[in-house]
Amino acid sequence: MIRVVLPQHLRTLAGVDGEVSLDLQDRATQRSVLDALEAEYPVLRGTIRDHGTAKRRDFIRYFACGQDITLEPADELLPEEVAAGAEVFRVVAAMAGG
Amino acid sequence: MSGVRLLVGTRKGAFILTSDGTRDDWDVQGPLFAGWELYHLNGSPADPDRLYASQSTGWHGQVVQRSDDGGKTWEPVGNEFTYDGVPGTHQWYDGTQHPWEFARVWHLEPSLTDPDTVFAGVEDAALFRSTDGGQTWQELSGLRDHPTGEQWQPGAGGLCLHSILIHPDDPQRMVVAISAAGVFRTDDGGETWRPINRGLRSRELPDEEREVGHCVHRIAMNPARPDVLFMQKHWHVMRSDDGGESWDKVSGNLPSDFGFPIAVHAHEPDTVYVVPIESDSEHVPPEGKLRVYRSRTGGNEWEALTNGLPQEHCYVNVLRDAMSVDSLDPGGVYFGTTGGQVYASSDGGDGWTAIVHDLPAVLSIEAQTLA
Repeated sequence: MIRVVLPQHLRTLAGVDGEVSLDLQDRATQRSVLDALEAEYPVLRGTIRDHGTAKRRDFIRYFACGQDITLEPADELLPEEVAAGAEVFRVVAAMAGG
Repeated sequence: MSGVRLLVGTRKGAFILTSDGTRDDWDVQGPLFAGWELYHLNGSPADPDRLYASQSTGWHGQVVQRSDDGGKTWEPVGNEFTYDGVPGTHQWYDGTQHPWEFARVWHLEPSLTDPDTVFAGVEDAALFRSTDGGQTWQELSGLRDHPTGEQWQPGAGGLCLHSILIHPDDPQRMVVAISAAGVFRTDDGGETWRPINRGLRSRELPDEEREVGHCVHRIAMNPARPDVLFMQKHWHVMRSDDGGESWDKVSGNLPSDFGFPIAVHAHEPDTVYVVPIESDSEHVPPEGKLRVYRSRTGGNEWEALTNGLPQEHCYVNVLRDAMSVDSLDPGGVYFGTTGGQVYASSDGGDGWTAIVHDLPAVLSIEAQTLA
């Protein structure tokens, strides 16, 4: 089980409180986690990654185990602790705007 | 009992203001979608409880919301706006070519007859249509594919399609306006389009009378006389008596003919409202006095409406989609400001009252007249 923490606006949009739990069929990577997240909550499609290209939106970043893993390859394995559900995968809205 | 529902989009959420037909007391609901930019909300003329809202942020992009109960509850619907085919390029600010990129929905215009059909005007300029209540969107790409498309250039606010007028008697005919390309018309339901900008002059252009490139800020019409169109351009207030085939300047005695919104009275097709601002670089009312100007002659002769509006130290703006009219009798007029005020007049503009003073900057207002 993977635990995902969403930024406030996306929690509201998806209608969830706190963390989201996902069961992955594949290895835990950025791509597989986000694919599973969007499958479970289709309303989030286009709000983290662009439709079609799946390119990360400019003001979104990903954190795990206290590390910014945004620029890691999308198919790279996430840390063991995240894959085991001991640590969360964070989708973060960058500090920007007003 | 009759009433009015105002759908107000702001920089930080949406608000719904409702009143009975007297329009004396208003109930304020909101913020809805707090923290998001609500460029526009609009209701279906065929089912006033069917509402659509364009919600976006720089972080999370575009969301479209739909309500089936007049705004009490909302449901996110489709947010995938994919340009048809290979999108190609348009002109960028510096004159180079730039790929077409979707940014946001500026304006939602529901069909006059079918609540599930709604048009979306987007940035970078294109027109989309949904026929399933907003779940999926298809581009009417004949517009963007017009041979002039690669010459279109963004205005300061982006290359946005902001005005959509549907002919009430001939649904095959629509007129849209794009900043800064101009006005375009289809007579075949959106398959093919042609620019209708004859008579527009823009001194910012090397060729002042170019076919496209004009920064049209807003167009409006009265449904009872749909071939008469009014336009607030970057500079100049314009009028067409032939469905946009040709335009004439009707700025007349306005203190400035720069502005953003323009609206036409619901029952008096020759009564038109604009809000002049100082200039292209000073988006504030002249002399610090917030004045709506009304023409009862279809332009050229304008009178300042000041009763109830601040007449000193006022430096707010009224954006292009932030003025609307109801169809009660006497007709109501509404506008919102970048300072967060929503002003209402229940007597055609003679007197004004601020319904609310302190909302976030107002981006849009639509007035729904409820039976």
